[in-house]
Amino acid sequence: MSIIEIKNLHKYFNDLEVLKGIDLKVDDGEVICIIGGSGSGKSTLLRCINFLEKKTEGEIWIDGEKVHEKESDINHIRQKVGMVFQRFNLFPHMTVIQNVMEGPVTIKKMPKSEARAIAMELIQKVGLEDKADEYPAMLSGGQQQRVAIARSLAMEPKVILFDEPTSALDPELVREVLIVMKDLAKEGRTMIVVTHEMGFAKEVADRVIYINEGRIAEEGPPEKFFDNPEDERLKSFLGQILV
Amino acid sequence: MEWILALIDSIVAFFLTVFKFTPKFIPGVIATMELTFFSILLGTVIGFIVAMLKLTNKKVIIKITDFYITIVRGTPLLLQLSFIFYGLPSLGIEIDRFPSAVIGLAFHNGAYISEIFRGAIESIDYGQKEAARSLGMTKWQSMKRVILPQAFKRSIPALGNQFIIAVKDSSLASVITITEIMLLTRQYGAATFEIFPIYFIAGSYYLAITMVLSKLLRKLELKLKVNER
Ligand SMILES: Nc1ncnc2c1ncn2[C@@H]1O[C@H](COP(=O)(O)OP(=O)(O)OP(=O)(O)O)[C@@H](O)[C@H]1O
Ligand SMILES: [Mg+2]
Repeated sequence: MSIIEIKNLHKYFNDLEVLKGIDLKVDDGEVICIIGGSGSGKSTLLRCINFLEKKTEGEIWIDGEKVHEKESDINHIRQKVGMVFQRFNLFPHMTVIQNVMEGPVTIKKMPKSEARAIAMELIQKVGLEDKADEYPAMLSGGQQQRVAIARSLAMEPKVILFDEPTSALDPELVREVLIVMKDLAKEGRTMIVVTHEMGFAKEVADRVIYINEGRIAEEGPPEKFFDNPEDERLKSFLGQILV
Repeated sequence: MEWILALIDSIVAFFLTVFKFTPKFIPGVIATMELTFFSILLGTVIGFIVAMLKLTNKKVIIKITDFYITIVRGTPLLLQLSFIFYGLPSLGIEIDRFPSAVIGLAFHNGAYISEIFRGAIESIDYGQKEAARSLGMTKWQSMKRVILPQAFKRSIPALGNQFIIAVKDSSLASVITITEIMLLTRQYGAATFEIFPIYFIAGSYYLAITMVLSKLLRKLELKLKVNER
């Protein structure tokens, strides 16, 4: 069954058409990597799926429900769609464990003790058990991003969207975040990852999508996508990136 | 030699007056502190509500709040206070002296505090709101749990400034004959002609109040800073 189904999605910012008719189906357990040049609309696509941007036209189905953009609807749907941002966006006034507990406690009204146990498990999973009571400002970028991943996992989302999760990190911190993401993929989590990490895409993705100027220009399994691309612009894009 | 004796004389006279009148100011000091306390408290509540209203982005509401802020900023506080106590009764609204002063001062403080809060809220990184909303929080939940705690912390220095202004502004309540420090100063000054020592006492009291207040706010600020590098 598809977790996400997008039909003919268009997005305008004023007169600028950023998404020009995107169709995309994401099945349960699938890992999709999205690549594309700067300004091609990758972030906008993710943000539309999470309703941080309002689509101009088209349909978005999540977990079998067509989403109407009503406040209550969106708040409910967002619990099923986690998001990890390039700049982590941890809550700086909360400790690591409080960040992770925040969703379950505030949104799901889970008792604190229960939420704490779940949060601790997730923090262990991302390898930060000794940092549970630190504030985000005391952590490295890579550690912060791992906390952000744990925070989104705490809501038990059906799918997690990653928007260039490693591009704000120093090179030596990228690996630790990718390792966590690979583990999630292995567990069978549904993920959509916008990334420039081609190695990650090759290894982990079930499907790679190339977006160019607001359209899906090519998509396919990574072997075919990277070794035998058809689209001319994709060829030159890969040429630029892989050198 | 003459002038030295005269100087010693006047210094002694100065201290005698200071010792004699310092305790006599206590009721005024209490009134000043009460005025300040209630007008800050109520002013902060008003400021918070106005800031929240402004963030609704509803045109009519913004017009009304802007009108309020314009009036407060654009007219003298002295006039605002007189208007409430002397002007409103002609509209059939009579408010006692002390509540009049508190309302007037709070109304005034509220306008400035609302701008402080709004500025602080708007200064919080947009990513914070997005992270909160993307977890599934409602607008109000993200405001309450994520934005306001950070904004509040950030607004403390400016808030402290405004509180200190509020202490000093409370002296204007003397215009509606509230027996606070300034009114006593004028009364004692007129009665004794010992202007210098009397004003000296008044100034010292104001300074003491504002300095203690600054210290407290500084402490609060440091306490809330623990989670920053
Ligand atoms: N809020 C906005 N208002 C107006 N234009 C926007 C807005 N957000 C994005 N855009 C524009 O939409 C286009 C696509 O932006 P988007 O962020 O989706 O690109 P991207 O593929 O994620 O690029 P990058 O790799 O640089 O992150 C860009 O031209 C950008 O300037
Ligand atoms: Mg982007």
